[in-house]
Amino acid sequence: MQLSITHTTRYTYDEPVHYALQKVRLIPRDSSQQRIADWHVEINGGQREVSYHDQHGNVTDLVSADIGVTEITITASGRVETFDTAGVLGQVYGAVPLWHYCQPTPLTKPGEGIVALAQDLKGAGDQLAALHALSAKIAETVKYGTGQTYAATDAEAALAGGQGVCQDHAHILIAAARSAGVPARYVSGYLMMDDRVDQDATHAWAEAHVAHLGWVGFDVSNGQCPDERYVRIAVGRDYREAAPISGLRHGAGDESMIVSLQVQQ
Amino acid sequence: MKGVEGSTRPAYAAYHDWFRQQDPDRLTKKSLDAEAFFRRTGITFNVYGQAEAQERLIPFDLVPRILAQREWSKLAKGIEQRVAAINAFLHDIYNRQEILRAGRVPKDLIANNEAFLPQMVGFSPPGQVYTHIVGTDIVRTGEGDFFVLEDNARTPSGVSYMLENRETMLQMFPELFSKIKVQPVSDYPKNLRRSLAACAPAGAGPKPTIAVLTPGIYNSAYFEHSFLADQMGAELVEGHDLRVVDGHIAMRTTQGYKQIDVLYRRVDDEFLDPLTFNPDSMLGVPGIMDIYRAGNITIANAPGSGIADDKAIYSYMPDIVEFYTGEKAILKNVETWRCGEPEALKYVLDNLKDLVVKEVHGSGGYGMLVGPAASKKELEAFREKLVAKPGNYIAQPTLSLSTVPIFCESELAPRHVDLRPFVLVSPQGINIVPGGLTRVALTEGSLVVNSSQGGGTKDTWVLED
Repeated sequence: MQLSITHTTRYTYDEPVHYALQKVRLIPRDSSQQRIADWHVEINGGQREVSYHDQHGNVTDLVSADIGVTEITITASGRVETFDTAGVLGQVYGAVPLWHYCQPTPLTKPGEGIVALAQDLKGAGDQLAALHALSAKIAETVKYGTGQTYAATDAEAALAGGQGVCQDHAHILIAAARSAGVPARYVSGYLMMDDRVDQDATHAWAEAHVAHLGWVGFDVSNGQCPDERYVRIAVGRDYREAAPISGLRHGAGDESMIVSLQVQQ
Repeated sequence: MKGVEGSTRPAYAAYHDWFRQQDPDRLTKKSLDAEAFFRRTGITFNVYGQAEAQERLIPFDLVPRILAQREWSKLAKGIEQRVAAINAFLHDIYNRQEILRAGRVPKDLIANNEAFLPQMVGFSPPGQVYTHIVGTDIVRTGEGDFFVLEDNARTPSGVSYMLENRETMLQMFPELFSKIKVQPVSDYPKNLRRSLAACAPAGAGPKPTIAVLTPGIYNSAYFEHSFLADQMGAELVEGHDLRVVDGHIAMRTTQGYKQIDVLYRRVDDEFLDPLTFNPDSMLGVPGIMDIYRAGNITIANAPGSGIADDKAIYSYMPDIVEFYTGEKAILKNVETWRCGEPEALKYVLDNLKDLVVKEVHGSGGYGMLVGPAASKKELEAFREKLVAKPGNYIAQPTLSLSTVPIFCESELAPRHVDLRPFVLVSPQGINIVPGGLTRVALTEGSLVVNSSQGGGTKDTWVLED
């Protein structure tokens, strides 16, 4: 499937900015699931300071705001050819050893709830089936809904709250998989919902490592494995390591952010 | 000063002759002069958890600790071997991890280690140097029997005391230095500068700009940070003086921003970059890890170097040296029980009163138990801590440390010492300052030399041949 994507993030500030930095991970890479035909990231109101590959292989840009601006716009756009691999990314490995994806992070630290959730996965004969069952159980226990959680909510808290967004679903699956000894990671990316051109927001899902298959994606929020409607952008152990944009700003005044995302065939 | 049979160690012979001719009252007066000198120059340090005395003077003993050139070269060779192995280990751990694949170091020791920094994986720092400055802690038990206590691969402190101790001795006893040929240490700041400059990123140009990053005046080693910057001719900066400019880290000057090529940081990893690590840190420089990974700045020591001086890793150091150098380790390791292993824990609990127990990530003698010196109550309290979190601790036997003389109530008295030589690493090689910082336990019989625990320091001489 050929997807055309335009993803704009606009930060506006009440007062002119003194100094602000954004860590930007918005460049998708080729894989068994996608081929990048054309892609660029444009920055208005700021400049790209450096660009490098992080430990997970994500192309990362450090962007600084121009002095005195009240608005920065970061636009990622291009065309991506996608393939349906039934969610299987495969046995592809980077610099980070597999065991590192078994280590908990602050956002994926397992509490009692997560440990209980992971019981059936622990030592399961059919790991893939157990992961599907885990995904379904999370979707059932934690209803999709905004307002209950925020960017810094950890997996255990989201699970206890019973409501969350795609970030929370991914964190819960990752935390549970790891607590059962299965390597797992966070993926940020795009999903084309079939019924619309203007998508709500960037998407997130989880990948778990299954013996003989390699990495397999699980989108808890939509109850499916990523197919040709998905575009992978960045991976990490949790949201903080894979967030498309994370920033830091010096100076007074309020900041607001608007994201617009168009994904279409 | 005395050897095994009670005779004067050969290295001390000339000093001993001189000492016997001195009037003890004059020496006592000199001792007080030295203290006044330290107060004037401002060498003090802060002790954590002591509200009444935020700044304290480290006691200085005027009797030098003396090593013969022959003893020193053996020691220096051993240190060089060990430091080269540590750098190879760090590069391996953050890249191919051959040593884990070979099963020489258990994977869990790295995987579960807080000092392991994932952000360093798949990256080589400029010049492939991780530990630009190392302060290996060494003790001697018998003639030529040197043991490494700790590797201090993150931010070893104390070099300013080494330099000031020598300066003080030269001022107090100039005649002594014309009589006895002692290898100079005063080149250290120049060598530090040269060594750091040699580690600058490829694009830095022929005269790299070096700066020292300090957490600020409330840090216990602030004196040393400003002293070293001053001696090297480098800028002393705090996090808020720095920002990202044109793809580099730059410092604010009266003429605008100036690019920094090498940052000698005295800020811990966790606080180094709020954009990547602890977001609440006010001490660090946002974005520095991004600039670093893009290859546009050298951070000394490299973030994540702490994995090599972790006390649980320490116990594998003989294997690490052999794995990377293909040679047996020249310096000995103190026998170490890793309390995370059930059998070791049982042994440690059974023999607690004879052992020294340390926290795996601790430093400065805080949170450690010296079994033979501990009361019953202290032993019991520690036993509980051990059982609750065994993986947090290692235990070692108490060594019969060598003693050196100190000047005490007008005469000489033996006290236990350790030695921290300072090692500089660059692509041009490994450079060790002849001598280092000798720390001395001032209480009779005590084995704890840390300045935060009441230890003192003395000048360290390596004689010329």
